[in-house]
Amino acid sequence: MELSFPTKPFKTHGGAHVPHHKNTGAMASVKMPIPEQVVIAMSQHIGAPCKPLVKKGDHVYVGQKIGDTDAFVSAPIHSSVSGTVTEIKQIMLTGGQMTDAVVIKSDGLQEMDPEIKAPEEIKTKEQLVKAARDSGLVGLGGAGFPAHVKLNVGPDKNIDTLIINGAECEPYVTCDHREALENGQNLLEGIYKIKEILGVHRVIIAIENNKPDAIEALKKIADNPEYDPNDEVRVLALKSIYPQGAEKVLIQACTGRKVEAGKIPADAGCIVMNIGSVSFLNSYMKNGIPLILKRITVDGSAIKNPMNVIVPVGTQIKDVVEFTGGYKSEPRKIIMGGPMMGVAITGDDIPVLKQNNGILCFDAKEAALREPTDCIRCGRCVAACPMNLLPTKLEKYSEMKDLEMLQQLDIMTCMECGCCSFSCPAGHRIVQAIRLGKAEIRKAGAKK
Amino acid sequence: MEKMIVSSSPHFNTKTTTAGIMLDVIIAMVPAMIASVILYGFRSAAIILTCVASCILSEYLSRKVMKRKQTVQDLSCVVTGILLALNLPVSISPVIAAFGGVIAIVVIKQMFGGIGQNFVNPALTARIILMNSFPAKMTAWTAPFDGTTTATPLGIVNEGTGAALPSYLDMFLGKTGGCLGETCALAVIIGGLYLIARKVISPVIPATYLATAAVFSLLLGRDPVMDLLSGGLLLGAFFMATDYTTSPIHTKGRIIFAVGCGVLTMLIREFGSLPEGVSYSIVIMNILVPLIERFVSPVPFGKVKTEKEGAK
Repeated sequence: MELSFPTKPFKTHGGAHVPHHKNTGAMASVKMPIPEQVVIAMSQHIGAPCKPLVKKGDHVYVGQKIGDTDAFVSAPIHSSVSGTVTEIKQIMLTGGQMTDAVVIKSDGLQEMDPEIKAPEEIKTKEQLVKAARDSGLVGLGGAGFPAHVKLNVGPDKNIDTLIINGAECEPYVTCDHREALENGQNLLEGIYKIKEILGVHRVIIAIENNKPDAIEALKKIADNPEYDPNDEVRVLALKSIYPQGAEKVLIQACTGRKVEAGKIPADAGCIVMNIGSVSFLNSYMKNGIPLILKRITVDGSAIKNPMNVIVPVGTQIKDVVEFTGGYKSEPRKIIMGGPMMGVAITGDDIPVLKQNNGILCFDAKEAALREPTDCIRCGRCVAACPMNLLPTKLEKYSEMKDLEMLQQLDIMTCMECGCCSFSCPAGHRIVQAIRLGKAEIRKAGAKK
Repeated sequence: MEKMIVSSSPHFNTKTTTAGIMLDVIIAMVPAMIASVILYGFRSAAIILTCVASCILSEYLSRKVMKRKQTVQDLSCVVTGILLALNLPVSISPVIAAFGGVIAIVVIKQMFGGIGQNFVNPALTARIILMNSFPAKMTAWTAPFDGTTTATPLGIVNEGTGAALPSYLDMFLGKTGGCLGETCALAVIIGGLYLIARKVISPVIPATYLATAAVFSLLLGRDPVMDLLSGGLLLGAFFMATDYTTSPIHTKGRIIFAVGCGVLTMLIREFGSLPEGVSYSIVIMNILVPLIERFVSPVPFGKVKTEKEGAK
């Protein structure tokens, strides 16, 4: 069957009209100088943490692999500076879990690992999967799922569509937007290469319509017949309703298909890759430099000069903030990621991870938590849920720890996008309750 | 550096609050309140103020007695007070009006746990209790502008005396007998549209309710335009049936709920001994809401239907 390209996005359920705060969308990214030291965590992805391959006193080059593991769902970790390993210590990551971290004092020379060279020309899917693993690439949209796992789809899955995720629905965050504007040519090259290797004939670059300049810029390149003679790569403008960039919602908006509960995008014939990931993969195919730099949006009411900064992975947040000009006022909440799904962290000594796309620092006013009042059953959470769940009931039964009801109401389908909590006029922390409910179910499942 | 606030995402909240929603409902009732004063004089304003004052005081005192956090500031008791007043005849004694407020707030709302917990609409149930306690006083209708006694259009239909009905235009503008807020269709519709425009209510319940009522009116051989414009149907459809607490939380349930309201309203109007059935039909459907929500729920994204689950 001939695949058609949608001219407008398919209808999706719910969502929330969150304020965009895309303050940095029009600012060119700034490259940050190499910090004095970097703290490189050994767990910067979903999956098994890496083991450090270096020890105290070792000299490391830029791009040298310093952490790896045999586990399948994982991604190797590389040094972002040249210098000396001063310490291997335990640090606390965003989820509260402890992990090893390699502390490297930079020698300021930024000597590149002599072994780094561009990989041989990639023709097969296996080569692409290997390159993705070697590069240390994880999903740069925020989740940090190892890219090689995603690309390594079984032969039983019939992949016919590649979706390039440039929705960037999180408020504040603009790094994909800037990547599209500043690096569009590289991005498109990457798309054509991956399209050829995977053998798909439909590529949809999905961007929310609050970024008309990015849509325009990519259209100009994508519609150039020189690269894309069969016109198999097209840009689709999505509605600006959070969370258009959530994988399942995005697949529905682009193809009208629904990924069944418990299934993966490949089961719906789709692979979804973030703009930043594709662009990086193309650079890696050209020069072999692994994932050691990351563009992040630094913004929020406590930040003096919001901007997009390209930082070495492992730079501590305080160094990044200082580079941008420091705090405007005392920060009371620091978030890794966007305000809807990002994680509030305990302090600015935590290092930047590969999948980070934002650092938001909120002042006391923006950080203040609302005092919850009684639920009035208004149904706003139900109307907002992209997964068509009943958040208010999930909240109630989570608090009651009624696991049977929670499972009956499909609590595990919840992706914690935050639309329900955002929309609640009574200020209920619905997602928090649902997380607890899910944890209870996992605990009960583990016991069995 | 001070300790950071660490909380679960999302770190953003809508600006809409419960009090804000209630304020919108109050604003939406302003046209009906103004109409009642124009039609029935300043006594209307006195009735409204009495009901509101009674509701606020009842809410304040019951929270105080129960040693619970004050909820007067969420304005929901003001909404109840105004709604109750809009459902009373202008000739009602202020003592009875105030008594209605006490029933609505103390008995129906606070005894069941306060805002969000009552299983029937407080204002409507209070009205029903008053109707049964003081049937004559609750149906003493006053003609607009001149203050003589009159009958409501539905009363004329129910009596079947063949007396002339007021014109559609008079009913649309409210120049008939009836409760304070229900006669002027124009004012109620303006308020209802305001609520929909402000996204306080979804149009599902009023649209379904009114459409069902119109279709049934036609099937029963009645005059649907007269049925829509008369009695408390519009007020009920826009302001009572849409009460969050006592209507289903999802669209599917809301459709069933509103169809039920429409059918019951017309059945009572046609076959009941009462001329009007809006209050009873909404309260009956209120009681059925937990049942509706138990048997009907939205299908979660990507849910695969298994046959066994349906059989259970």
